[in-house]
Amino acid sequence: MVAHATPKSNESKPIAALLVAAAVAIVGILIVVPLVSVFYEAFSRGVGGWWAALADDPDTRHAIWLSLTVAPVAVAINTVFGVAAAWLVARFRFPGRSLLISLFDVPFSVSPVVAGLALVLIFGRQGLLGPTLAWLDWKVIFSWPGLVLATTFVTLPLVVRELIPVMEAIGPEEEMAAVSLGASGWQVFTRVTLPNIRWALLHGIVLANARAMGEFGAVYVVSGHIAGATDTMPLRVEKLFQEYRQPASMAVASVLAGLALVTLVAKFVIERRLEAESRDLEAARGLENTRLEATRP
Amino acid sequence: MSIHVRSISKSFGSFQALDDVSLDVAAGTLLALLGPSGSGKTTLLRIIAGLEFPDAGSIEEDGEDITERHARQREVGFVFQHYALFRHMSVFENVAFGLRVRKVPSAEVTTRVEELLRLVRLEGLGGRKPSQLSGGQRQRVALARALAIRPKILLLDEPFGALDAKVRVELRQWLRRLHDEIGMTSVFVTHDQEEAFELADEVVVMNHGKIEQQGTPDEVFDRPSTPFVMDFLGNVNVYHGRVENGRAFWHGIPIDYPAYPHAQSREARVYLRPHELEISPPGAVANRLGTSLAASIVRVTRSGPITRVACRPHGSEQELHVDVPTETARGLQITLEPGTHVAITPRNARVFIPGPEYSI
Repeated sequence: MVAHATPKSNESKPIAALLVAAAVAIVGILIVVPLVSVFYEAFSRGVGGWWAALADDPDTRHAIWLSLTVAPVAVAINTVFGVAAAWLVARFRFPGRSLLISLFDVPFSVSPVVAGLALVLIFGRQGLLGPTLAWLDWKVIFSWPGLVLATTFVTLPLVVRELIPVMEAIGPEEEMAAVSLGASGWQVFTRVTLPNIRWALLHGIVLANARAMGEFGAVYVVSGHIAGATDTMPLRVEKLFQEYRQPASMAVASVLAGLALVTLVAKFVIERRLEAESRDLEAARGLENTRLEATRP
Repeated sequence: MSIHVRSISKSFGSFQALDDVSLDVAAGTLLALLGPSGSGKTTLLRIIAGLEFPDAGSIEEDGEDITERHARQREVGFVFQHYALFRHMSVFENVAFGLRVRKVPSAEVTTRVEELLRLVRLEGLGGRKPSQLSGGQRQRVALARALAIRPKILLLDEPFGALDAKVRVELRQWLRRLHDEIGMTSVFVTHDQEEAFELADEVVVMNHGKIEQQGTPDEVFDRPSTPFVMDFLGNVNVYHGRVENGRAFWHGIPIDYPAYPHAQSREARVYLRPHELEISPPGAVANRLGTSLAASIVRVTRSGPITRVACRPHGSEQELHVDVPTETARGLQITLEPGTHVAITPRNARVFIPGPEYSI
């Protein structure tokens, strides 16, 4: 810290130190220590023990595989939906637009358990679509389609929320220029829109993926937690823990925690690119604005 | 290629942007759409480009109806107000865009883009990103990009609005030469009358979604057909008076207005341009039945070759602005300074009877 940052810096030094200490303590107790202890427990029997806990139990193997398929599918659905919805909201003005934007946030404000129950009410055997699904012989609840639906629901806002402000800041001019130069809708999207939003999109995807991998509540309700069939990684962690198999439980938990750390690094890198891009945009706009003002009588 | 706009109307919600507008642009013309903001000029340009679609009316190019044709198929070059360059592409790829989406072979693209970069004097800058260019350079990239597809029509939205004064004048002259060399039909939007008059073959003055007047710069400037045009084309003295028996009176000086021969007196406005008023020593005013007006000078400002004189006619509170060429002012027998008595003689004046559609 620079000593002459503010004239009052000397007087407020003890308070500043206290605040910093409090912040460090909270981060340490709530984040660092638990995270380290997860890894400590997971590797308490060495790397071999850790690997055995993951690889030797067929139910755990299945849970890892299920998570690695359900999450990408949900993220892919959210990516397509997010780009389309953000484009609609950022480029068009229509009645009900603000309501639609608010609806995007519902998955954030509703408890995931409620979301799961709602899905059961619709797709369950006694649910609204139950008879139709039974006639078609499609199983949604207690099966992987239900997991995908629940995961998609809880991660829905992440991509679209990320894209709307970026698309609004960029504006429609580049897209119109591309159209006037003869580009088709798809060409405009792949050559102009997508490159402009790529970092924001990637940011949304990384966040959605982290949330999808870790989702517990909604998935818990719709999965029926059938070992070796509908257990995802978080569900498996909980089940192993309930069965007093703590080292195995912590080994799976360490995989999830490791994923979180990777997400953190990715997020950091992407956010720096995003900041650089928004600075570029501002610089370009700034130049135009000063020129405009200079020419006004 | 000629453009014919027939009875176009367009509204955005309750705002009527264009109201039954018709316009003919002959092939090879450089035409300016001039008007204040909100006059509908940009909307008209976008409709010609196919970026907006009219609520009513039609557009023809060389006699072919293209109203329903999408911007993509119109082969119109469009230069956006803030250039709208593709930020993530190099200058080269920006210019090449229209050719790339048409699947032109790569070697041909390279030749054409290099030719265009030479034309806009940006050779060697193809590898730069738009953010590394100055405003004037960005503008020229936008032009090269629009010209790459060899459009028959070039449309420009406030092409010089975002540039500083010196670059603006240079680019203006350069655009005029370019237009003549390539021989296309060009339409540009501007709110700057100087720009319109210097650059264009034809000027269309717009206001409130309607065309007020279309003509050559000389026609529009010398014979403004509506009070709005008169007003918009710069400084003007407005005098509220009355008209009767084919004559209006300005401080007692009669001005012919044969369009109103009736005996019943009616409200009218007299418009006098500052440079169409003459200043002379007060001797000439002895005879008030003549065409001169006695006044005293309130303020004198010199701006280069023009001396601007504000004076107050005797018996009036309203200031009258007179522009005198500085050289003429030096040759006068009197010194132009506050308090000096002078005689003002109008060389030209216009009379308008205010209609219900127009108010200041």
